[in-house]
Amino acid sequence: MKVVIVGCGRVGSFLAGLLDKGGHEVTIIDLERAAFTHLPEDFKGTTLMGNGTDMDVLRQAGVEKVDAFLTLTQGDNRNLMAAQIAKQIFGVKQVLAKVNDPVRASTYRKHGIITFSRTSILGTLLEATLMGDPEVGKVLMERAKQHEAQMADAS
Amino acid sequence: MYFVVAGGGEVGFHLAKALLEAGHEIMVIESDRRRAAYIEEQLGSVVLNAPADEGRFQKEAGCQRADAVIAVTGEDPVNLVICQLAKWNCSVPRVIARVNDPKNEIVFKALGIDETISSTRVLMSVIEQELPSSGFLPLMPLTGSHLELIEAEIAAGTPSAGKTVHALGLPAGAVIGGVVRNGAVLHADDDTRLEVGDRVIVLAPTKDEAIVRKALFG
Repeated sequence: MKVVIVGCGRVGSFLAGLLDKGGHEVTIIDLERAAFTHLPEDFKGTTLMGNGTDMDVLRQAGVEKVDAFLTLTQGDNRNLMAAQIAKQIFGVKQVLAKVNDPVRASTYRKHGIITFSRTSILGTLLEATLMGDPEVGKVLMERAKQHEAQMADAS
Repeated sequence: MYFVVAGGGEVGFHLAKALLEAGHEIMVIESDRRRAAYIEEQLGSVVLNAPADEGRFQKEAGCQRADAVIAVTGEDPVNLVICQLAKWNCSVPRVIARVNDPKNEIVFKALGIDETISSTRVLMSVIEQELPSSGFLPLMPLTGSHLELIEAEIAAGTPSAGKTVHALGLPAGAVIGGVVRNGAVLHADDDTRLEVGDRVIVLAPTKDEAIVRKALFG
């Protein structure tokens, strides 16, 4: 699968590493070159310095031919703008956006952008754990622990 | 009329002031506390100190009854989201966004924000007006369409001098509205031959501006 990721922070670099190891073709965009140091040392994908809400940068990243596009910067609005450009202007089929504000995440989901709110996802998981309902996050936590262990072994 | 100005920077402040002076009712939404206090001191109780990109504060500012919301923060993604939320949540009849990157005029239109103001583009047209040698002057966008009005002056050595309108190969959707020659307006059809000194008035889709420029100036 060909994937473009906007934002090489903790989440972006983590996901880029997973997909790269899984044999996928990853291009990751960030405004700052220093951000790419978050990537695993053996990362084989492409890094591109630039603004992920700039159509020319996205074109350069090959967004016209990708299977999936993810926006994972720290800015909700930047993520929403980049996601909408990918979906509505470039016609990317699968577009996922990190939107930390749960209200905006819900609003844009109604308008066709698949959004993930760290705030509500993590908050829900923590509440369930506290209230003795670990089933809520069981599969997710198992998978996350495996990834964490692999990362710890590699470092 | 009632206007909500999202963003109280220099542009937002002076816009709010001008609207007040023109007799309109306004509310400025500004997230920075000190900036909001300054605006309140200057203009009175017309400021909401809150982030304008959150729906609940747009409602608190009375966006539901606003005739227009004008998003003028310094960041294009913020202005986009402010305008979309105002349209979706508050059914604001008219949303206007400031864009910094002129390319985003097209992006915003594709994402449902029809009215955009690009300060970069405005400055570019002023500069191009000052430099007649370039000869190509986007005059103005036509409100509510994706079209703009362009004036092009044919100078000696301009590749289109001596060509017929047909031979220019203008993009589909671009039309020559008329040619000003020796102070008189000529109706231009396909066989009209452009001469040095002509001023050509073109109506064209905004996205095709570069193609029109190339057709006339090579």
